[in-house]
Amino acid sequence: MTVSTQDRSALIPLLQQVQVEMGYVPKEAIDEISVALRVSTSEIFGVLTFYSQFRLNPTGKHMVKICSGTACHVRGAPLIIDAVEDELGLTDGEETTEDGEFTVEKVACFGACSLAPVIIIDEETKGNITPDQARRMVRKIIKAIAKESAAGKNGGEATNE
Amino acid sequence: MSNYTAIRKWADEEVSAQRADKARIAIGLGTCGIAAGGNAILEAAERTLANNTEINADVVSVGCIGICYKEPLLDIEIPGQPRLSYGPVTPGETKKILENVFLHNIYEHKKSLAVIGDDAFAEIPSWNEIPFFAPQERTVLRNCGFIDPEKIEDYIANDGYAGLSRALLDMTPEAVVQETLDAGLRGRGGAGFPAGRKWTIAADNIRALKESKSDLPSYGYVICNADEGDPGAFMNRSVLEGDPHSVIEGMIIAGYAIGADFGYIYCRAEYPLAIDRLKLALEQAREKNLLGENILGTDFSFDIKLKEGAGAFVCGEETSLIASIEGNRGMPMPRPPYPAQSGLWGIPTIINNVETLNNIPVVLSQGAKSWAEKGTEKSKGTKTFALTGKVQNTGLIEVELGMSLRKVIYDIGGGIPDGKEFKAAQTGGPSGGCLPKEMLDLTIDYEALAEAGSIMGSGGLVIMDESTCMVDVARYFLTFTQSESCGKCVPCRLGTKRMLEILTRITARHGKIEDLDALEELAPSIRDSSLCGLGQSAPNPVLTTLKYFREEYEAHILEGRCPAGQCKALITYEIDPDDCTGCMVCLRACPTEAITGARREIHVIDPELCTRCDTCRQVCKFDAVLVA
Amino acid sequence: MTNLKITIDNKKIEVPEGSTVLDAARAANVYIPTLCDDPLLEPFGACRLCIVEIEGYRGLPTACSTPAADGMQIRTSSAMIATNRKTSMNLLLSDHPLDCQHCVSNMRCDLQYVAAYVGVRGKNPYQGERRTYELDESNAFYNRNLDMCILCGKCVRACDEIQGRQAISFGYRGFSTKITAPFDLPIWDSSCESCGRCVDMCPTGALYDKTELKHGLPTGETKTICPYCGVGCGLIVETRNGEIIGVRGDGESTVNEGHTCVKGRYGWEYVQHPDRVKKPLVRKYLLEGKKKSEIDRDSSDWDWAETSWDVALDITASNLAQIRDRHGADSIGFMTSAKCLNEENYLMNKLARQVIGTNNIDHCARL
Repeated sequence: MTVSTQDRSALIPLLQQVQVEMGYVPKEAIDEISVALRVSTSEIFGVLTFYSQFRLNPTGKHMVKICSGTACHVRGAPLIIDAVEDELGLTDGEETTEDGEFTVEKVACFGACSLAPVIIIDEETKGNITPDQARRMVRKIIKAIAKESAAGKNGGEATNE
Repeated sequence: MSNYTAIRKWADEEVSAQRADKARIAIGLGTCGIAAGGNAILEAAERTLANNTEINADVVSVGCIGICYKEPLLDIEIPGQPRLSYGPVTPGETKKILENVFLHNIYEHKKSLAVIGDDAFAEIPSWNEIPFFAPQERTVLRNCGFIDPEKIEDYIANDGYAGLSRALLDMTPEAVVQETLDAGLRGRGGAGFPAGRKWTIAADNIRALKESKSDLPSYGYVICNADEGDPGAFMNRSVLEGDPHSVIEGMIIAGYAIGADFGYIYCRAEYPLAIDRLKLALEQAREKNLLGENILGTDFSFDIKLKEGAGAFVCGEETSLIASIEGNRGMPMPRPPYPAQSGLWGIPTIINNVETLNNIPVVLSQGAKSWAEKGTEKSKGTKTFALTGKVQNTGLIEVELGMSLRKVIYDIGGGIPDGKEFKAAQTGGPSGGCLPKEMLDLTIDYEALAEAGSIMGSGGLVIMDESTCMVDVARYFLTFTQSESCGKCVPCRLGTKRMLEILTRITARHGKIEDLDALEELAPSIRDSSLCGLGQSAPNPVLTTLKYFREEYEAHILEGRCPAGQCKALITYEIDPDDCTGCMVCLRACPTEAITGARREIHVIDPELCTRCDTCRQVCKFDAVLVA
Repeated sequence: MTNLKITIDNKKIEVPEGSTVLDAARAANVYIPTLCDDPLLEPFGACRLCIVEIEGYRGLPTACSTPAADGMQIRTSSAMIATNRKTSMNLLLSDHPLDCQHCVSNMRCDLQYVAAYVGVRGKNPYQGERRTYELDESNAFYNRNLDMCILCGKCVRACDEIQGRQAISFGYRGFSTKITAPFDLPIWDSSCESCGRCVDMCPTGALYDKTELKHGLPTGETKTICPYCGVGCGLIVETRNGEIIGVRGDGESTVNEGHTCVKGRYGWEYVQHPDRVKKPLVRKYLLEGKKKSEIDRDSSDWDWAETSWDVALDITASNLAQIRDRHGADSIGFMTSAKCLNEENYLMNKLARQVIGTNNIDHCARL
């Protein structure tokens, strides 16, 4: 065993740290880690794209996580996913809305199976959710965003006058 | 006085001092508890205490006791009285119950669940009498929901680290391995390989390595596989959150037994609470000299590092897990060599599941014979299950191996909700199979489940009713295995893809009867020629559903019908004119404006506009929306 | 080292300890189909074609990764093995373009041969989605057509285990798995040194030399030694109609075991380049015995003229002697080359120090 193999084991924790701080793993971070650990950027890219936890692009401001575990699936998670994606205008495969406000993530399992189906929007965890309730949770945030931006605009105009 | 006696004395004193004259209000704050609103209950309890200073009590958070369908839970323990459990409680009810109990000595409440003790109290039944708990046997969950997982003294006062003490002070490593062999403890991760046999191989290899080389930083590793990836299972999460020291103790004992000097806990990143509690527990154990240099004053040194997984189901596979700890893509390597021969960085390594390790301290403190009294001849002990899906009482349960599925589902689980009929029980997650109602009397043990085409797995037990489509379930699991396949070997990467495509076609009305032949040809090949357990077991959901529910496949293909009413391409939504009251609720809720009609007029669904989102059926108070 | 006694398909053979079952089969001249194995690389176990039956072993272990053991009884063919090999191959081909005639690797393709060997015939039973990518032509010497890639990983392992570059890696997972350069950029933007080892090892038409596009199959092959440096790598020069159309490392050469650097592998076009100097050239005025000071550089006197080695060397020698006599030995310097053999460099050293009498001798050190 050489020191460098031990160093190599620091790769995933380092990437996790970057992601916690930045919300994603930018290219610059990969370059820096590559130099520090003496692991090629190609290897790091391979590791990064293997694990579903890592993101190469920034996420939306609001995170919608929908559990797609087995218990959630048999209790209607696919309908929740359809409802949320429809509400946000996301089509197949897209994760983040064009305006960068929302990212929808299907999580393998939160382990809260007794409360299936489960959704987490930002910090709010809700169990036993229906598609209708999920739509309403999303709409509430959309409304708040619209209100905020209207207030911002009015404020801007006020200073211009 | 040995070091352990001193530590035990300290813990007993701490615990009795904490509880001597103070009541304890315990809120279940596992992930489930939090998801069910446990934090609001905690706040309500704290507020109630602040407003009623005469109540002499501490509010503590505990792990999950397992009765998830009653979350959030509120437990009250007054010195000299048994512990009372209430749930599901709201913040308002929390205030009321606390005031009733502490200020007016009124214990019964409509949310009373049970007395967590052997006898009834104030008209509240003992938990031994309520159907959810009565048939259970708690070995693994011995401490979950009872001790404060953030206090090492609670664990020690409940016989914690007694097994380690016995192993280190009274036994040779060989004797510890022998004890594990004698117990007949089989790996709880799913495959059921005897833990003692794995340890024997590792111990031999570590001994040989020590004889041949003298300059290595490490000669053996113990890895705790806490990467619970089965979607629909949370047994390990509950143990890590509710009783982290039990796993740490198991690892130290394992390390001593095989001659390892370092351990890793590989825990899912999706379990932040478990990670926090493990970190705290490791610190506490180090502080008490139960971990680190010269444990309990002996020559044995062992330390543990926590590694967070990064979201890959395949890392539950031993060689993938090792690759992941080493900082690589979690792609499995061919075995042999087995990790017990050449594992992490080429050093002999054992990898045991959370629940396996949690059992070890009990095996050591009680002795193999006593531990092995439970269970069947070949499947000893107890097993936890995450009982979920279409079952009345969902939760984390623990039963003696050999219990029938029927007893678990109907006695503990309380049967199927909403008057529906049981269709299948799914064990083993994506690697397991779906067992039909003809198999309800199957006993839960490794051999019986394997013979039925499923596996024990780590303990996911998802119940399905008549409204669950078995083709869709097979498609669901294949979607999962396909997206979790590491992509290395051909049968898994492409075989699961082609099976998934076929299943998707069938659920989308495009299936052909020859597709079933293709599935039956692909499945055994994928099982027999894939590189690792993920691929080898990926066909199980398809094979079992084809075997037990073939008529559902045929209905999809030949009749264009989904008997469970789940597959969107095969169903239509209609409003029953006899039951519709024209209340406009569905019409307003419909996201695509597919429903027309006026107040007090019968509504109609336009099948062209309908996206089959099920909203109308869910909001209708008169069950007037029909799926056909 | 002790030998292991093994039986393969009723053939008894002895192999050294540390051999795999596949090594043993090769030693016994028993063919086992493989796509992801190469004797120079660590066993990988991805293609699942080398499955065999071993007495006392569960299931179908892969020959490439299973260590041979004393007394092992191995069967390399059975109905079970045949079915599984055929399914794996059909699955591989269900994600591979089936247009062999237009493929650069036609008739030199391992996939083609192994598919035929395992008995793939007729229509593929498993139709479905196929991965498609843009052709990567960024590298100066070879192209990457990932549509053809079967993810055997030989290129990744060759780059890592042999060349030590790690320019490429497996990326993503599941069906989306692909061989990637960092950040999914074209290969030219990676740390690739164009040694070509990945191209040599690729069992399909996913990696091929650009020159291969211009020619048909070679009609001749010549073993030779690389002219570039003193290492002496063995090369195989491929020719067609007397013209070089490609060069690859010679796997039988103990010096390089088939490996080359970019120069030996791809720097061969000069051989038949029209500008190449094939005979000694001297300035015309020297042949005519004129003095440099007397001639007009715009006149034909300054042109290059072909001559014999004897004449060229005589002129060089006499001029060097003249310069030494007039300006001293240290007015002359010698530059030798990595392209020369050790012996040639030694002689150059003697010439400089003993014949001319100067220590002014140096070497370009690398190419």
